Amino acid sequence: MSTAAPAPALQLVGIEKSFPGVKALQDVSITLGVGEVVGLIGENGAGKSTLMRILSGVYQPDAGNIRLHGEDTVLRNAQDAARRGIAMVFQEQSLLPNLTVGQNIYLGAEAQFSRMGIVQWSRLYAAAARQLAKVQVDVDPSTITGDLDFATRQMVELAKAMTLEEAGEGHLVILLDEPTSVLEQADIDILFARVRALKARASFVFVSHRLDEVLALSDRVYVMKDGGVVAELPAAEADTRQLHQLMVGRDRHSEYYREAQQRPFGEKVLLETRGLCAGAHYRDVDLTLHVGEVLGIAGVIGSGRESLCRTLFGFEQPTAGEILLDGAPARIAGPADAVAAGIGYVPRERRNEGLVLFLSVAANMTLASLRRVMRHGMIDHAAEARLAGEWVERLHIRTPSIRALCLNLSGGNQQKIVLAKWMNAHARIIILDHPTRGLDVGAKEEVYDLVRSMSAQGLGVLLIADTLEETIGLCHSIMVMRDGRVTRRFDAPSGAKPRQVDLVEHMV
Amino acid sequence: MAEAATIGDGRAAGWKKLRRRLAPWAPLLVLLALCIAIALVNGRFVSLRNFARIADAASIPLVLGLGVTFVILMGSIDLSMEGVVAFAAIILCLLVANGANANDFGLLGALAVLVIGAAMGFANGIVHVGLQIPSFMVTLGMWFVGIGIGNAILGGIQVRVNDPLIRALALEQFLGLKFQVWLALGALAVAWVVQEHTRLGRYIFAIGGGEDLARLSGIRTGLVRIATFTMAGVFYALAGIMAAAQQGSAFALIGGGRLFTAITAVVVGGTALWGGQGGVLNTLIGVLIVVVLANGMVLMGVSPYVQQIVQGLLIIAAVALSVDRMRAKLVK
Repeated sequence: MSTAAPAPALQLVGIEKSFPGVKALQDVSITLGVGEVVGLIGENGAGKSTLMRILSGVYQPDAGNIRLHGEDTVLRNAQDAARRGIAMVFQEQSLLPNLTVGQNIYLGAEAQFSRMGIVQWSRLYAAAARQLAKVQVDVDPSTITGDLDFATRQMVELAKAMTLEEAGEGHLVILLDEPTSVLEQADIDILFARVRALKARASFVFVSHRLDEVLALSDRVYVMKDGGVVAELPAAEADTRQLHQLMVGRDRHSEYYREAQQRPFGEKVLLETRGLCAGAHYRDVDLTLHVGEVLGIAGVIGSGRESLCRTLFGFEQPTAGEILLDGAPARIAGPADAVAAGIGYVPRERRNEGLVLFLSVAANMTLASLRRVMRHGMIDHAAEARLAGEWVERLHIRTPSIRALCLNLSGGNQQKIVLAKWMNAHARIIILDHPTRGLDVGAKEEVYDLVRSMSAQGLGVLLIADTLEETIGLCHSIMVMRDGRVTRRFDAPSGAKPRQVDLVEHMV
Repeated sequence: MAEAATIGDGRAAGWKKLRRRLAPWAPLLVLLALCIAIALVNGRFVSLRNFARIADAASIPLVLGLGVTFVILMGSIDLSMEGVVAFAAIILCLLVANGANANDFGLLGALAVLVIGAAMGFANGIVHVGLQIPSFMVTLGMWFVGIGIGNAILGGIQVRVNDPLIRALALEQFLGLKFQVWLALGALAVAWVVQEHTRLGRYIFAIGGGEDLARLSGIRTGLVRIATFTMAGVFYALAGIMAAAQQGSAFALIGGGRLFTAITAVVVGGTALWGGQGGVLNTLIGVLIVVVLANGMVLMGVSPYVQQIVQGLLIIAAVALSVDRMRAKLVK
């Protein structure tokens, strides 16, 4: 450090942000020096995304200060943040595939190249070529963006961020949100080299699940947990094991997950996969689900666990390997086959995929098993009402009546209806995709109760949970996936549960 | 200050609640208001003869509307009805006792026409589902195919229908209403049973509410779509038979103008264009609104051109209102 230390490029002081029912960020303070790369890590839900949205002007903090180059700043919206030299390189790329590279780079900023309303494309393309040169990408700016490979598009995105240099106030702050999650190693090396080369003109915040990469690229690392910063340490002194520990480390409440109710599962195998592959999504997955077993799949975004569940429900076809139901090879060509085979799926997007909001409670419950309330080829409304009434009582669903539209119910009650639908259809295997997402604590507990009771009835449950805690608390067995491969399997009997840090180690 | 705001909010919420409660009844209230308004202006509106006339005028639009209601409930659209009506009416006239050939198949001919309607609807469905073409485009094509075939068969002329049974639909009465009105009410009953008491009906609502969701529940959505278009085709063919009976003959443009009326009726009745909400009883109300309005305007001596303008505005207003209703429900 020189004698007159320059003001940090970016300083967050005591940032707070709440959403209804959730404290997303509390007292977050982060400093980003000029020309520094700072890594930001944390579990899903730790608050990284919220922080990124605040920095890019999408959200406003409830309290705290943002200082850019030593000056207090309010980022009113995304345009405002961009004008002040804060750029975001998204995980899902924000380039329009049907436009040229140059048009994308200056999208929304064409005015500087227009004369009397006519865009002078040659000038725009010349300027775009200069931006591409900054990140050392050899692409003709008049190429259609969709024709480029993913890695090159990512570099174009970086070039787009660099345009702020001329538009704004010089030194940039660039937020990299999971930029490497779908890149090959060679492309990652190139990206990192470019980032290092750009350190003279920009400072970076690097968000990633891949801890080794965070350590490789960053100067310092901030660890977030439950909406707060729990540690800040120089990358040179940290190792991944230590970071894992810091990311988790909270005590699990065995009570909360009804661990006392966890019973050993049966011998009989309901579902088995052998060497299952699906293109680039996952490879060589062997999985066994027994009667009464709750099997959790842990993994970060891109681990292939979502895709695996989609295959098991017939949405995607495997490219190799086989699926066995009750020991016999089965082909699941579509969801209809899956349902016929006794598989139920509780999707993450409850309001869009879980239930028909404009149908009644009763109609939603019987949707997957209407045959059972048919008499003489007609729907027997009395039988349907009886059945629905029983479920409402059994699952303690709070609804004004079984004829009420699902639209008017709370999230927890809606989720119970989705579960009732599958139990009513006599599903033997239930795939739960983030079953407690968006539910409050009480509703979550009721879902946990239901999972336990399904297990007690001999159903096989495949669980993709919101948090590791939930996975560990609920499951008999846990399969950890990383980059499309099963990296580790754990037994999680009651009283001898694995620790989160053991799982995380094989996830990232 | 804060107190006032809370009270205001409470009132706004109450108003919203009332609005939501009233929304399903809005079409019926509109119909009643319309009847009262017309009756006040022109006393001749309230007479058994005029009501019978309204029922008569409503019967064909109702049958067409029932068919397209199911398609719209799925979130799709069917523009082919004028083509199916024309083709059905022409084939009917050529199969039963007529002025152009020696055929006299009677009821068997009418049955064959329903099968033809089913076939055209099936073609709509299979192309729509199989080739993944928007229903809008497929049925637009089928509309012209139907009229084209009709023209090709007749070469631009008309065929008279002489079969007494068919003619009776438009000429004979039972309890003061023409046979065709009873036929339309029968169609309504069938449609209602399909909607309320069959898996097809339930699945149509599920698809309209969310196609992915329906598929996730194990419903073979492609088959449901094909079945729905097929069923719609049967309703259009029935309307074709009724049209031939009413006109006493068939010609290629016999379906002209009926698409607009039918879709207006469905929308005005409160069935959402994006699917999932509404139903055949809504369509009954919608048809009555459209027909009563037309009847009232005739009674009041409004020029036909102005009537057309009013109908056009009616459909736009209905959609505008229902969109608003939708938002109140979806956006918290």
